[in-house]
Order: sequence, then structure tokens, then C-alpha cells
Amino acid sequence: MSSITTNAGDSHGGGDGHDDGHDDGHHEHPPFLAHHFDTPEQQYTTGKLGMWVFLGTELLMFGGLFCAYAVYRNNHPEVFEYAHTYLNKWWGAVNTVVLLVSSFTMAWAVRAAQLGKKNQLSVLLALTLLGGAGFMIIKTIEYRDKWEHALFPGKFNVYNKNYTGTHTPGEGHGGIEHGANVQSPATDNAHGGGAPAGESAHDTGVGGKAVVKSANLMTGPEASPRSEGANTAPQGPAPGEHAEVIAQGKPTPGPANPVIYFDPNSLGAASDAAKIVPKAAGPAGLATDAVHAGEHGAHLAYADLANRDKVRINTFFSIYFLMTGLHGLHVVIGMGLIAWVLVKGTQGIFGPAYYTPVDLVGLYWHLVDLIWIFLFPLLYLIH
Amino acid sequence: MSRVHAKFRAMVSGNPAEAAATDGDHGHHGGHHDGPHIVPVWLLAVVLIILLALTVFTVAVTLVDLGTFNIIVALGIAVIKSAFVVLYFMHLRWDSPFNSVVLMAALVFIGVFLAFALVDSSEYRPAVDAAVSTTK
Repeated sequence: MSSITTNAGDSHGGGDGHDDGHDDGHHEHPPFLAHHFDTPEQQYTTGKLGMWVFLGTELLMFGGLFCAYAVYRNNHPEVFEYAHTYLNKWWGAVNTVVLLVSSFTMAWAVRAAQLGKKNQLSVLLALTLLGGAGFMIIKTIEYRDKWEHALFPGKFNVYNKNYTGTHTPGEGHGGIEHGANVQSPATDNAHGGGAPAGESAHDTGVGGKAVVKSANLMTGPEASPRSEGANTAPQGPAPGEHAEVIAQGKPTPGPANPVIYFDPNSLGAASDAAKIVPKAAGPAGLATDAVHAGEHGAHLAYADLANRDKVRINTFFSIYFLMTGLHGLHVVIGMGLIAWVLVKGTQGIFGPAYYTPVDLVGLYWHLVDLIWIFLFPLLYLIH
Repeated sequence: MSRVHAKFRAMVSGNPAEAAATDGDHGHHGGHHDGPHIVPVWLLAVVLIILLALTVFTVAVTLVDLGTFNIIVALGIAVIKSAFVVLYFMHLRWDSPFNSVVLMAALVFIGVFLAFALVDSSEYRPAVDAAVSTTK
């Protein structure tokens, strides 16, 4: 090509020697054809290939996190089995459905762009955008639910042995499972009340759990103030009063202001969330929850974990937040791209000759869906 | 040699017209248009329904205790769902085969990555367990 221009009505005549196969009747170089491509077809297929290479790199990036998941779950399966009960699989399932439907509308939008149906394209892209927004809203609900229980990643997590916050593991669980449980701590014996005084060998629910946690710590100075606090805590009068053994070894009257969270039971059927709190340990140390005993059998209780696993619960949440957080970031980026394509589409520039941006953004959005298809069973549906 | 070269270019480009030109006995479908394949809406809807059904199935399987098979079944269903998304939503079924090669290559390398990491950590797990248990 002797000159590089994409102006409409440029001076290239028919005898130019390059056949772009494009027939819109006005100019040899359509405005969307970048100068370094010979034909629109070449531009399209090159864009597609480039996008697939990029998607390959995205998969590899998430692959790193999946590898961390795989190695850690392989080595500490009980940590995952216990900690994942904090996740509500119904929210996860709803999110999966939301993303699948948004993938459907996105694929349909690509078809609309191919056919030049401007209004249909706008509607479908807007629906896809709504799906992404719905996903992020549900994600926010889930995250806030975790944060209210001080289930942060890493050292900020309430289960971390170096935690210095004011939460106690298990505190506030009642808010997730049943509203009633929270409101009447005095009648909820299973929720940590009745812990034998100063007994560190048994985990009898929430208050006892704190005691066991202190027994985990190998260092003396750390253990002693906590043990003291733990020993006094179970003697508190009201069941449901949790020992605040983490911070300064002083008990604090509990429970925290009970907040009614989303009640998964409202979705019908016994849900995972109702099994979150390890109930009072039976003689064998296994939590028995009469309501749900038939489903999974006895649910894994905090008491059943090996000591070294008890201080590793936070690692599950690190993995959880990193994987879903990175995925959520991709959803937000995808929403931005869809919004951009939506705006461009309203200008009527997409049609049979040129729909590449819609196609490539669609590929990105489908990748986001793909990753969630794997995240959902791995994080939410651990058995 | 030039015919092989032309076929390779056709494969990479994914242009059905170009592919048909190099392949004498294969007529490409879709007689009403020569351009890229346009997926029908009903097909997208069918794939969506299949995906939703598989999602329901995935959740339902967790209510049954299959031991170690639970994760295998869950991941197997996830792989099937991904196949549907990739082939139909992402259009890879009618796309240039080279794009599939790119995707497969990425997946193969992820597999190698996970395999080596898991084999390695499993190998040393008894030693780690022993070391941790002594310090409690």
C-alpha cells in the first residue's frame, strides 16, 4: 500500500491491487479498517486470534490461584470442609444463574450486531450489563456478610492466631442461620452457653472454642493472658455471652447486636448456612445437629479439626477472597467494556461488515462466566 | 506445497470462503450467506437451558454423599458446562480451528502446572505432617 489512510473517499482507485472484498459502495478503506490490515476479514480474524491468546493468559492467571486452591485443599481438606460452611451456596447458585443468563444475552447481542439490529443490540447489551450488576450486588451482600463476622483474608481474619480485633469466632453466627437464634441467646443453649468452667480440652461451642484456640498457641506469653481470659469467660452468667479472649484476654459481654442477615431458609429447603455454627459437641466430639443430621450426616465441627487446622481457617478465606475478588474485578472490567460497546452501538456503527468489538467483548464476558462456573463448585459446594 | 500453504492460511484465518476455496470437495453450509456463521437464537436458548439444568444438577449432587467422587462429579459437570459455553456462546465451534488450538494449549499448560504442584506437595506431605504434629 502506497499510502496509509482510512479516509472515506480516498484516492485509491480500483487498480490498487489489494482486494478488500468489502462492498459498501463508497470507499475502498472502510473507516473501521485499521491501516495495518489489508482487509476487514483479516482484521477480524486477527482480532479474534489475539483475543483468544489474551483469554489464554487470563486462564493461566486464574490457573495460578486455582493451583493454590488445589494444593491447599489437598493438604488441608478439613479446613475447607469447615470454613466453606460460611459460604451460602444459594447465593452462589443465584450468581451462577445470573452469569449464565447474562452470557446468553451477550451471545445474542453479538448476533444482533452481526445482523445490524441496532435496537436489539442495545437492549441485549443493557440486559447483560444488568446481569453483571446483579452479580456484583450479590457479591457485595456476601462479602459484607463475611466482614460482619470478621472473616477477612489473612491476618485480619478472626480465626487467625495473630488476630487482634474484637470479634470472637462464632459470634454472630446466629444471625446467619436463624433469626430466632440470635434474638434469644438466653434460650439458645447450643450457642455456646453452658461451657464448663476453664475446661480447655473440650470445645463446647463458641465460648469453649476460644479456649481451645489459646491452647493451640505454642508460645507461652501469648497463651497465658488468653487462658486467663478464657477461664473466666465461661463462668459468665448468660449463655451466649462469649469470651473475648483474643483482645487483651478480657471477656466482653456478648453477643454483639444481633443483625438479621439474609435468611437462606427463606429460599426454602434446609440450606448450608444453617449448619454454620458447630453445635455443642457430643461425646465423640462431633457436632450433631438434629435438624440437619439426615442430610450430610454429622457436620464437621470446629472441635473435630486438628489443632494445626484450627489456626488455618483464615487461609481458606484468603483464597476465597482472592479468587472471587479477582473474578469480581474482571466482572467490573467486563461491565465497563460492555458499557463502552453499548454506547458505540447506539451510534449504529455495528453491522455485518463490522461487529468485532462486540464479538471480542462477548468473548471476555464469556470467560468471566467460565471462571465462575469453576469457582462455584470449588468454593461453595465442597462436600 | 502452495496448496498446503493455502490451507494453513485458511485454517488460521477461519474464513469459510477461503477454506472452501482450498478444499475442493467440501461445500460450506449456510447457503444463504457467505460470511461468518451467525448462530440462531433457538440454539443459544437451548444451550442456556442445558447450562441451567446442569447447574441445578451440580447443586443437587452435593446433597448426595459420594465421598471422593463428589468433587470429581462437580468438576466434571463444570467441564461440560464450560464446553457448552466455549463451543456455542463463544462460537468456537464455527470458528477458526487455530483459536481452539490456542485455548487447548492454555488448558494443557494449566494441567501441567497443577499436576506438578499437586504431585510435589503430596510427595512431601507426610514429612510436613510429621513435623507439624510434633510441635502441635
